[in-house]
Amino acid sequence: MIAGSFTRGQPRGLDDGRAVAVRSYSAALTSFWLVCVLWGLRPSVLPAQDPVASGVRIGLTYDRSGKPGVALTPVVGANADSVRLILGRDLDFSDRLTVIAPDSGDAPVGGLNYVLYARMNAVAVVQAAVTPSGGLHVSVHDVAGKRVISVIDVPLPEPALSPDWRHAVHVVSDSIELAVLGQRGISSSRVMFVRGNEIWSVDADGEGLRVVPGTVDGLSPAWSAAGNMIAYNTLPGAGGPSKIVVRDVLTGRSWSTRAAATNMNPAFSPDGGQLVFAAGTDGFDLYSVAPFTSDEPKRLTARKGSLNSSPTFSPDGRKIAYTSGILGHPEVYIVDADGSNADLLTSSGFGDQLYRSNPSWSPDGRLVAFQSRINGKFQLFTISVRDKSARQLTSEGENEDPSWAADGRHLVFVSTRTGTKQLWVMDMESSRARQLTHGGKVQNPAWSPRLDFSRQY
Amino acid sequence: MRRFHISRLIMLVAVVAACSKKPPPAPPPAPAPAPTVNQDSIDAARRAAEAAATRAREAAAAAAAAAAAEASRMEAARADARRKLDAAVYFDYDMDEIRADQAATLDAKVPVLNANADIRLRISGHTDERGSDEYNIALGQRRAAAVRRYLVARGVSEARMEVESFGEQRPAMQGMDESAWSRNRRAEFTLTAGGNPIRVP
Repeated sequence: MIAGSFTRGQPRGLDDGRAVAVRSYSAALTSFWLVCVLWGLRPSVLPAQDPVASGVRIGLTYDRSGKPGVALTPVVGANADSVRLILGRDLDFSDRLTVIAPDSGDAPVGGLNYVLYARMNAVAVVQAAVTPSGGLHVSVHDVAGKRVISVIDVPLPEPALSPDWRHAVHVVSDSIELAVLGQRGISSSRVMFVRGNEIWSVDADGEGLRVVPGTVDGLSPAWSAAGNMIAYNTLPGAGGPSKIVVRDVLTGRSWSTRAAATNMNPAFSPDGGQLVFAAGTDGFDLYSVAPFTSDEPKRLTARKGSLNSSPTFSPDGRKIAYTSGILGHPEVYIVDADGSNADLLTSSGFGDQLYRSNPSWSPDGRLVAFQSRINGKFQLFTISVRDKSARQLTSEGENEDPSWAADGRHLVFVSTRTGTKQLWVMDMESSRARQLTHGGKVQNPAWSPRLDFSRQY
Repeated sequence: MRRFHISRLIMLVAVVAACSKKPPPAPPPAPAPAPTVNQDSIDAARRAAEAAATRAREAAAAAAAAAAAEASRMEAARADARRKLDAAVYFDYDMDEIRADQAATLDAKVPVLNANADIRLRISGHTDERGSDEYNIALGQRRAAAVRRYLVARGVSEARMEVESFGEQRPAMQGMDESAWSRNRRAEFTLTAGGNPIRVP
């Protein structure tokens, strides 16, 4: 395949957080291909393109597989290989672009041989350079229009390759996607999760793994929609019973509930003003509280003994999906944000094992992802909020705890498909899955929104 | 000088030898009518005192042994009471009802709690690793609460028992089969106050 993917054959050694040289297809193959282009030939190993257009015209825009090609020419400047690796991987992980990484390319500024890139099935060309002053300068070219459609200039924080530096490059990746596709990417988001007895976070590309400080015995982490707050609950211990802790990411200021009961499973309302959580000493109900400003949680549900838990807001903030055991086994329900009009969402069609839980409402509001037990193992499903039609997403190993990315087409979840419980990311459109974490077992992933500030977590 | 000393030494040895040759008289069956001061009566008194002391020592030892045995019995009884308080109870999968075969374990705690009004208990609910880990915290809490309800129904004040849950986060036994799961679906008991020393019912 001429459109070499960045992920295939990615060496595992990249997991240490150090970007290394970009892997692309071999120089020999490239040279051969370029020779073929020069001779106006097409080697038979190339995927079939538009047969009518073949040999007749150039300037193909979109290949028929549906993923437009983006050529990422060699980057120049300091840490150029790392920049190119991160950009290429981010664009590939979008699952919306085919990354073409030629071993050589035009100078980072100046005219492009658009004809050549059209032949490579590229609809866009990305030229990137690290400037002497430490900025990242990127030009995005429209191949069909033969012009620059976007110029991106961002400062790269010192030191190079640090988490903040990586984040700045991820932000550029998302801007490139915006220029090419009209929709911003999710490379600048992170995933929080639980490993051991602490909360960790990791970049969307699997790098930048770190502990969220001060979260010992933390569970069920959650982000606010603006990414400026996180929340989690603690296990009972020296700090008293299970409680909800909310932290302002920028100031580090924290707030916690003071209930005598077990408090768990926090979820922010989309505007960040309210926090809904589950609380109880026997049965569990959902409560709502305004963090930092109120100490008086208000009860939303009133079904004593029904184990209402795992709330998730609809993106418009009007409804909450949650798990309830009111029928004697867990199912997913939807209730108005004020606690009225509870309605069973997972009403039928999931086999005979009565266990549906852990809902996560999609950013576009149409779907709720959840887990359902099938033949003794949890698998991921989505269900349409409108007509309750369901779709099974997984079947390999056991798969739990879905959380949506901001783009509405990627889910992060816990899977046992490699033996231990690890985080995986799945593209809803192509069903392509990639492993996000390695090492000790994990639980409770929570995908952040796009983060545009220098982050502590 | 040397000769003089030797002669004195010989005389002393002779006197001592003469004394030691006296046959020891049998101890009189009854005390002498008059406390005549002589060597025989002194010896007799000494022997009697010694015998009495021995008897007292023996009695004291016997008493101490009895006390030790009693203390040991009490200690064992206290340990038994403590074991009864500490004993975990186990649950069926996805259930929070008290199992029939676990009721005796809870029943045995009641007299101990009744005899020790100062004792406060913390009941911690746990689940196996199956199921949603978030829902499992709620399930563990219900198990702890079911145990508390059971004990309240048998006369133990609710105020003496706090409940909490760890869900599946703190397994008692590692493993991914029923033998491990069945040990992990449990409620555990911790003394948070009182019981020092524990009173045996």
